[in-house]
This record gives sequence, C-alpha cells and structure tokens, in this order.
Amino acid sequence: MAAPGGSVPAAGAAAKKGLWAWLNKRLPVSEFIAEQLTGYYAPKNFNIWYFFGSLALLVLVLQLVTGIFLTMFYKPGELTSFDSVEFIMREVDYGWLLRYLHSTGASAFFIVVYLHMFRALLYGSYKAPRELLWLLGMAVYLALMAEAFMGYVLPWGNMSFWGAQVIVNLFGTIPVIGPGLVEWIRGDYGIADSTLNRFFALHVAAIPLILLLLVALHLVALRRTGSNNPDGIEIKEHLGPDGKPLDGIPFHPYYTVKDFVGVGVFFVLFCIVVFFVPTLGGLFLEAPNFDPANPLSTPEHIAPVWYFTPYYAILRAVPDQRLGALLMLIAVVSFLFLPWLDRSPVKSMRYRGWMSRTALALFVLAFIVLGYLGLQPAEGLYVILARIFAVIYFAYFWLMPWYSKVDAVKPVPARVTYDAH
Amino acid sequence: MVDHSVAADDNVDLSRRKFLTRATIATGAVGAVFAAVPFIESWSPSERARAQGAPTELDLSKLEPGQMATPIWRRQPIYVVRRTPDMLARISGHDADLKDPQSKDSEQPAYCKNTDRSRTPEFLVLIGICTHLGCLPKQRFAQGEIYPSWPGGFFCPCHGSRFDLAGRVFNGSPASVNLRIPPYSYPNPQTLVIGSDDKGAA
Repeated sequence: MAAPGGSVPAAGAAAKKGLWAWLNKRLPVSEFIAEQLTGYYAPKNFNIWYFFGSLALLVLVLQLVTGIFLTMFYKPGELTSFDSVEFIMREVDYGWLLRYLHSTGASAFFIVVYLHMFRALLYGSYKAPRELLWLLGMAVYLALMAEAFMGYVLPWGNMSFWGAQVIVNLFGTIPVIGPGLVEWIRGDYGIADSTLNRFFALHVAAIPLILLLLVALHLVALRRTGSNNPDGIEIKEHLGPDGKPLDGIPFHPYYTVKDFVGVGVFFVLFCIVVFFVPTLGGLFLEAPNFDPANPLSTPEHIAPVWYFTPYYAILRAVPDQRLGALLMLIAVVSFLFLPWLDRSPVKSMRYRGWMSRTALALFVLAFIVLGYLGLQPAEGLYVILARIFAVIYFAYFWLMPWYSKVDAVKPVPARVTYDAH
Repeated sequence: MVDHSVAADDNVDLSRRKFLTRATIATGAVGAVFAAVPFIESWSPSERARAQGAPTELDLSKLEPGQMATPIWRRQPIYVVRRTPDMLARISGHDADLKDPQSKDSEQPAYCKNTDRSRTPEFLVLIGICTHLGCLPKQRFAQGEIYPSWPGGFFCPCHGSRFDLAGRVFNGSPASVNLRIPPYSYPNPQTLVIGSDDKGAA
C-alpha cells in the first residue's frame, strides 16, 4: 500500500490503466482511501485506550451479521417468540452459536463503549473542538440503549416480559400524558403481542438504521476535528513543511495494524465467553429468561442486564417513583453536558490536578458500585449505599464547573510525549 | 436558494419571493404533521385489543369470605377479596403508618375514595399491579404474617412495598401511592363487572 507521508496516492492511481483506473473514473475509491485512511493523520502517541473505537465498529458489524441470521429463524409473537428461540438453540445447525454470539455481542458492545467513553473522560476528548463529536457519540450510546432494551424483550422470557413492564411503566411517571403514553407504546392494556411486534420492528430495522447513520456522522465529525490523544493537545498546531502534522502518522497502515492486535485480543476474550460461559453467571443472560413470559408470575427479583444497572440503582434509591425516574434520566443525559461543564484549561488528566483526578476516580468507582447495587435487591444497606454513590455520581458532573476551574494544572507540552520503540 | 444579483437585475420582488418560500415551507410542515398522524395512530390499541379489553364478569357467589379471586381484565390481574368483618376491622387504626390514608393522591373511581376503598365494604377490588414498578403483590392476609404488628394485606416481593387490606400503601415502601382500583359495578348482588360502572364501560 501507499508509503506513509508520501504523495497522495490518488494522483498515482488516476494515472494507472486497467480496471482500477476505470473504476476510479466512475467512483472515487482512491480519493476515499486517501482521505479516510492513508491521508488521515492520527496522533502518534495513541495508547491502549484507543482500541475501543474500532472495536465498537467491529462489534456493530458482528451484531448486524448475527442479527440478520437470527431473524431468519426467529418468529416474533406472543405464542411463537420463546419457542422459536428454543428452536434456534436446539434445532438450527449452529443456531446456538449465532444466538450466543449475538447475546454476548450485546454485552461486549457496552463494555467497549463504556471503555471508549472512559477514554474520553480521561483525556478530555469531549472538550472543544470535539463537542459535536462527543454529542454524536452520546447519540450512538442512547440509540444503543434503546436497541439493547428492545432486543432483550424479543426472546419473550419471563425477564423480557417483566423488564419491559418495568421500563415501559417508567413513561407512566410523566405527568399528565404518562398513562396515555404507556398505552400507546404498548398498543394494549398490558405488555402484549403488539408490544413485542413493534419492538421487533424497531430492533431489526429502525434503530439499526439510525445507529448506522449516527456512527457514520460520528466518524465524519472525527475526520474533521482529528483524534484527541493522551496528552490532550492539538497535533494540527505543529505542521511539517508538507502540511502534515509533525506528531501524526497515517491511520493506514499504522493504526489499522495496531487495531488488528486489539481485534485479536478482543476475539480471544469474546470467544471464551461465547463458548464456555455464555450466560456469564446470569450477568449476560439472566436465569428467569429461560422461562417463558408469564404475566401472572413476577420473577422474585427483577434486575436489568448489567449495562443498565447503574441507572437502575439510582432509580430505586429514590423513595419517590417520579423523582426516581427523573434522576435516572438526568443520570444518563448528564454526559451530554460535559463539554460545557468542564472549565479546565487543559484536556488530559495527565496535566490536571488532584481534584479532577479524584473526581474521575470517584465517578468510575460510583458507576461500578451502582452497577453492582442495581443487581442486588433494593433493601437495607444496599439502598443506603445506592444513595451515597448516586450523590457521588451526580457530584462528578454538576460540581465540575467548580472543581475543574479551581484545580491546579501542570504546563502542557507543545508536542506529544512519545517514546519510540 | 434566491440569487440576489440575478433578482436585482430582473426586478424580482424579493419580499414576495421570500413570503412565497416561507408560505410553502409552512404548508409543507403542516402537511408533514398530518401525514405523521396515521403512523402515530397505528400504535394505539387495535380494535382487537380494545375488544379484548371489554368488561370482565365475576360470579361472587363462589367466593368464600376471606378468599381472593384473580380475574384478568385488560391483561391485568384484578384482586377481588371478600373481606370478613375481622378483616374490615383490621383496616382501621394504622392511618399514621400509611402514606396516603385518605387516598388523595391515589387512582380510584370517586365511589371508592373512602376508608375501605370500595363500593360495598365486603368486596375489595384492586388492580393487582404494584404502583411502584409493576410487579404482582402477594397476599399476606393473616395478622402478624410479616411482622408481629402486621394487620394483614399485600406484600410486593420485588422491592418490598406493603399494602393493607384496603390496598393502601404503608410508610417505608418504595411505592408512593395506593394500589389502583378499576371502575366496577354490581348489575346484581351476585355479579361483579370489572371495567364498567354507571358511567359506562371504561
């Protein structure tokens, strides 16, 4: 492939003859490769935290492919859903693998997305000029939450049913329009066939299309601003005589090769789960969901899948149901305001003081502890702990305008820190 | 859109052109809203769902005192309890322990907004869905069944909400309001119709 730092390969390709030239005269393939890959300069000091963007893209493709194949065997409907999932598991050749790849893929998606988001918090990737990039990423996250929730309803197990019941009822806490809205979402007076069918349509068609569009916009916005890096400085401010960033290297081949290493490690871990512990002890697939949906029997303990439990813990920590739902909503959307809550003059934690660092560490701790508490019954000590950690969770966001401003910062280097190896 | 240099040369009335552009956009927007109506309306309960949501009848003569029947109305379990005089006695005396003893913030037909929350004290009719997050509360009718001072009532296993024998929520429960009561009526003393009252079918 093209030599890094050389002339734009498009010029060379256009001069070539044969099929490649024919193609490029009609479709800008060379230009696309040059603009998006070989001519896109990314900072040379990326570290392990920069694997998760490309991994999220990989999991998206994995979910689309396995999802399409599952759709070939799955039959949405009150009477058919559960049986068709059992049919896939027991009678379709490799059906179990398709299903476990898809169910494990859902959890893997959230793992890589949460690590990807943590990277942004760590290195200030949401700060100007990347506010819109961050907002588009958050839109992807919100679409992903809707996608995961609706996907969880489809097997029509008992946790699917009661999970849908609890989540849809949250809309009922909205004043005035709530009860009517809940009926409209369900299309019936309870969670019913109509609910299942529309969730199926949204899960396999509407939301995936929105997700793909948002991911494309996220990548286009990234190409415009360029990647942030662990030092949180702009490589575009130091250009070489050729107009390329001095601290940048072409995305291809350097980062495509690096990302393949990440893909390898990811698939090792992913396959261990898929082949040996697909339910991960009830974390990735909950036990009550192996029983068919039963509107007259509530599971002893309702908990969502792990990726929603931090928010669920906040919901249950509040003794008032409407306030609980509101706080849960605020917990999710608080992320959207980060670019404007952060008043620090530097981006990366490397050059921030103890206050910002402590705040981030406490936030991560709160997120994990709330995630654990959301899986536990809402009683006694668990509720008290959930309240304490919910306060820490919100303090990270809403005290940020203060602590990020008064926090001492270290001088930021002009060029990226980088040890050749 | 409007090319001002050309427009100036041709003596085009720019304000008229601007007005027409805006009027077209506004008409188009109104049309888009109307076009969205059928799509949005398609999500409302279908004719079939509405037909299946018709009132449900229950023969009360088969319900023994102290027993509970659970008919289904609109996909919701309805708790119908034939309360004994002893059970009725146990719904008074603990108003201080209740979040909403007068059912001011709770959902019930006007004729059930009383202390025993019923049309006739003997029969308690509740929607058997916890007002917290929608689980099914279990019957714990015996005195002292949960703790020594427990007067009997309902207990939600999901998040521990407790309700008395009139479906009123106890303090310390995550649920904020009493169990809901559907509209109901007695066309004759032996028959209960859930989902229909003097105002007609719900």
